[in-house]
Amino acid sequence: MKKSKKSTFIKILGLVKQYKLSVVSVIFLAALSVVLTLYIPIIIGEAIDLAAGKGKTDLNGIWRLLIKGAAVIIATGVINHLISTLNNRIAYGVVKNLRMKAFTHLQKLPLSYIDTHPYGDTVSRIISDADTFSEGLLLGFTQLFTGVMTIAVTIIFMLSINVYIALVVIVLTPISLLVSKYIASKTHAMFTLQSQTRGEQTAIIQEAITNQKVIQSLSSEKETLKRFDEINEKLGKYSLKATFFSSLVNPTTRFVNSLVYALVALFGAMYALKGGALTVGGLSCFLSYANQYTKPFNEISGVIAELHNAIACAERIFELTDAPVQSPDGNISIPPEDIFGSVNAHGVYFSYVPERPLIQNLNLNITPGQQIAIVGPTGCGKTTLINLLMRFYDVNDGSIRIDGININDLTRESLRSGFGMVLQDTWLKTGTVRENIALANPDATDEQITEAAKKAHAHSFIKRLPKGYDTVLTANGSGLSQGEKQLLCIARLMLTKPHMLILDEATSSIDTRTEMKIQSAFSTLMKGHTSFVVAHRLSTIKNADRILVMKDGNVVEQGTHNSLMEKGGFYYDIYNSQFKG
Amino acid sequence: MKKTLSFLSSHKKECVLGPLFKLIEASFELMVPLVVASIIDKGILKGDTRVIYSGCITLALFAFIGLLLAITAQYFSAKAAVGFGTKIRHALFDKIQSLSFTELDRTGTSTLITGMTGDINQVQTTINLVLRLFLRSPFIVIGAMIMAFTIDFRAALIFAGVIPVLCAVVFGIMLGTVPLYKKVQSALDKITTLTIENLEGTRVIRAFCSEDKETESYADVNSKLNHLQRFAGKISALLNPATYIIINMAIILLIYTGSVRINVGDLSQGDLVALYNYMSQILVELIKLATFIISINKAIACSGRIEAVFDMEPSVKDGTGIETASNDTAVEFDGVSLTYSGAGEASLEDITFTVNKGDTIGIIGSTGSGKSSLVNLIPRFYDATKGSVKINGIDVKAYKIDDLRNKIGIAMQKSVLFKGTIKENILRSKPDASDEQIKEAIAMAQASDVISSKKLGLDEMIEQGGTNLSGGQKQRLSIARALVRKPEILILDDSSSALDYATDAALRNAIKGLSYSPTVFVVSQRTASVRHADKIIVLEDGKICGIGTHDELLASCEVYKEIHQSQE
Repeated sequence: MKKSKKSTFIKILGLVKQYKLSVVSVIFLAALSVVLTLYIPIIIGEAIDLAAGKGKTDLNGIWRLLIKGAAVIIATGVINHLISTLNNRIAYGVVKNLRMKAFTHLQKLPLSYIDTHPYGDTVSRIISDADTFSEGLLLGFTQLFTGVMTIAVTIIFMLSINVYIALVVIVLTPISLLVSKYIASKTHAMFTLQSQTRGEQTAIIQEAITNQKVIQSLSSEKETLKRFDEINEKLGKYSLKATFFSSLVNPTTRFVNSLVYALVALFGAMYALKGGALTVGGLSCFLSYANQYTKPFNEISGVIAELHNAIACAERIFELTDAPVQSPDGNISIPPEDIFGSVNAHGVYFSYVPERPLIQNLNLNITPGQQIAIVGPTGCGKTTLINLLMRFYDVNDGSIRIDGININDLTRESLRSGFGMVLQDTWLKTGTVRENIALANPDATDEQITEAAKKAHAHSFIKRLPKGYDTVLTANGSGLSQGEKQLLCIARLMLTKPHMLILDEATSSIDTRTEMKIQSAFSTLMKGHTSFVVAHRLSTIKNADRILVMKDGNVVEQGTHNSLMEKGGFYYDIYNSQFKG
Repeated sequence: MKKTLSFLSSHKKECVLGPLFKLIEASFELMVPLVVASIIDKGILKGDTRVIYSGCITLALFAFIGLLLAITAQYFSAKAAVGFGTKIRHALFDKIQSLSFTELDRTGTSTLITGMTGDINQVQTTINLVLRLFLRSPFIVIGAMIMAFTIDFRAALIFAGVIPVLCAVVFGIMLGTVPLYKKVQSALDKITTLTIENLEGTRVIRAFCSEDKETESYADVNSKLNHLQRFAGKISALLNPATYIIINMAIILLIYTGSVRINVGDLSQGDLVALYNYMSQILVELIKLATFIISINKAIACSGRIEAVFDMEPSVKDGTGIETASNDTAVEFDGVSLTYSGAGEASLEDITFTVNKGDTIGIIGSTGSGKSSLVNLIPRFYDATKGSVKINGIDVKAYKIDDLRNKIGIAMQKSVLFKGTIKENILRSKPDASDEQIKEAIAMAQASDVISSKKLGLDEMIEQGGTNLSGGQKQRLSIARALVRKPEILILDDSSSALDYATDAALRNAIKGLSYSPTVFVVSQRTASVRHADKIIVLEDGKICGIGTHDELLASCEVYKEIHQSQE
């Protein structure tokens, strides 16, 4: 634990290293600013002392003091501005670099990391944790430093004016800190209750609004409102408590401060009376210190929490940036057009988690240009096979070869650009329809794009979109139906003219009639190219050169549709179960 | 804003008392420099210890009274703000539930969810702040100036001069940075979207080898964000030094003027200290006020979004209700067209057909041909833009919406179940159904095995989003939910797609045998699901291209034939 804290600290230093000079300057300037800021009440106190009364005022002396004061004030202002500017540069720079580092790292992480970590979690690491870290750490650090400096310098200045009154302030002021800590600890439970209830309510809101149409179709609006109200009332009760009790912190600390202020006034006045032990200017200086002295205390407790938080955030980001990257890239590079397309698997073993073996001793021999269909029940390993072919995952044992070359020896780029792929989970990026179709080759002409869309039977619905090909798609193509999204992904593939093809349930949301029409386009595309097709609609794969029937991670049968039907095995069973009725 | 604030109306008392107590507290705070001045002038300079003691006791007393007043004020403002939040949340939720599908489509769920959660919370917090501080800060600023005038007119003129300058600088800088920070926020949103997209699209991005390109565009947005942040930061970094310099220069000026006045005997030393204290108070309050304005600005934007929802009129208006109706035709479409709001082209065009009571109607067609749109017109999820839809011979618009929808049982395309037990889910459709009725509906929906496979049977919990059930199980339970009402009209909108053929067939038979013989609409992409229907409607691009039985359509309708062949 301690060691990890230490290594986190070293890593944080590594991030800030680039800004070494700025950091050192900030520390120096902050120290200077504190001393100057605290020096002003002294100057003013001295000036007040010189204004002793009618005819006894040393106007020349006051003038000189005030000129000095003005110089100090302007210097402080300029220094403070410098500090903020430097701080901004460091904080925003660090977050920018950190974010870039995380994102670049993300591109190199194995799919197994991305698949097993919720996206929302990763996003919050890269976005909000990075922000909290840079702001919390750097601003927190300067604030902490300034705070400690202010306390130290104030103590020194106060002691130099009057030791006893200084002691009053030094001893009593931290009481306000204790009071606010006490209240915070008491209200913690109320806040937990409030945020818990709020979470429950948000869940209800989310469910009800996302499914509002269903609720209305059941005419269950009143019932839903009743459920909502129950929790809403509860939230109101808890919120009132949390809001009220937490808002006690300010008045109570202010109360303690006011008491200290009154005591300083009392002691100060008594000393001043004794003659010479303290001047009126000195008293005024003390009073303004007494007012200011609590501020750094209150801030420091906040800042320490912030620093803790920043370090926790840093740890979360480092977890991401330190996650081991994918296995090293191969070094054989073949241009996609030179791939013949034979695919061989020898004794392949694979599992996502060691405890649950999935693919065991898989052997395949696919000659160039064959159309391969993969069928089998959910969870049998169809998609896994594709993950292995594309090297999204590495085999545990055995090898997969393309044109006789182990895919681990190929560069990922030449392996993947050899394949064209459409998956069941469609992915569209924010951008126009045109940009989405041209994802893989941004230089495609408008004619080529339209041509590809027509082949994918997407042209007619694209035409009907408000701005046709220039319609901007947002949030993974919201507004388009699942089938339409699949058509766009197919159009994307049509544009790339790949040498091998992978279609993983690529047409699952498209109606059978349109699918049939697309099939013919696929057939042209697939002619002479090796292809892998996963589909649950068996009608779409009947014409495959070879059907691999998978069950529990193994290929249990393979052959053409007719030979498998004749055999009357597992394929025969699934085929009939689908078409009974 | 006005409408939002109207939810405070039942807390008028708190809204007045909160700020009032706060102002009394502030008045005591304004007295403090005067007390200190008298301690200096009458106590120290004249050597009167009694004045010193009584002065300090007064200070302590003020502190205590201030504490009590502040706590009272906090209580009232917390009560008003939380009460407001609870009320407006209820009202907004109610409003959202009254919106029809058109408004729901247009507004989008995420906007509505943010409205219900983030926006309302922001407004609630701001109201609490405003009640506590908004009146206090100007009061202290103005109050300090007035007190300065009571001490010395000429010195107070400095106050009158410096306050407007300070206000201009503080508000100028703060408000000037608001649009800048908005830009920063939108850049941040963009980078968030990019990150999510990249994660979701990892496979596609890697398959197309466009990692480098993605990284490049990410770097672009990232440095743009950095520039915006630094620019906005530069401007707001002016605030502190500027106000610091202005106020302290004013203090210098004040001390000098004061000293001159002391020298001629018009002012005492204690008065000068008091003036100095007032000046310091002003700065603190002005900065508070400015931070506030920012938060008010945000709250106004939030309340604008909330009010936009309140201002929405449901496009489907409730009918006046009808007494009784009997007619042999269960459903009748007469020249119906439907164009969704904002759409370029009609989704349904000139649809005309009649359905007799107890008949089963199949609706088939390609993706996007208008099948769901057609059945959505029956329970008035949308209103036809042209033509009329009649149930039992009476226009659907004449019915009370609740009465209309209670006649209809629907299992929608996406089968949605709610968090809660299986029983609670079925009861959503008919709150007074007995266990017998529920079990019967479940049996009809071929879902008895779902119940028997669960340890708790009907009381088994369903997770949010129904994640602990398979697609087929969810579909069957949502069909059971539609059946438990014993509806006059049953609509199955592609709701058996995840069922195997045997179960689908058993379901069809069970529905056919229902004692109350409902009129059934079956929407499907599979000819097998509709081939036994009394009448099949074939849709193509929003138009009817064939009506008839399976055999008739095979002979006459090219589209139907193609669909059928594609599934052979």
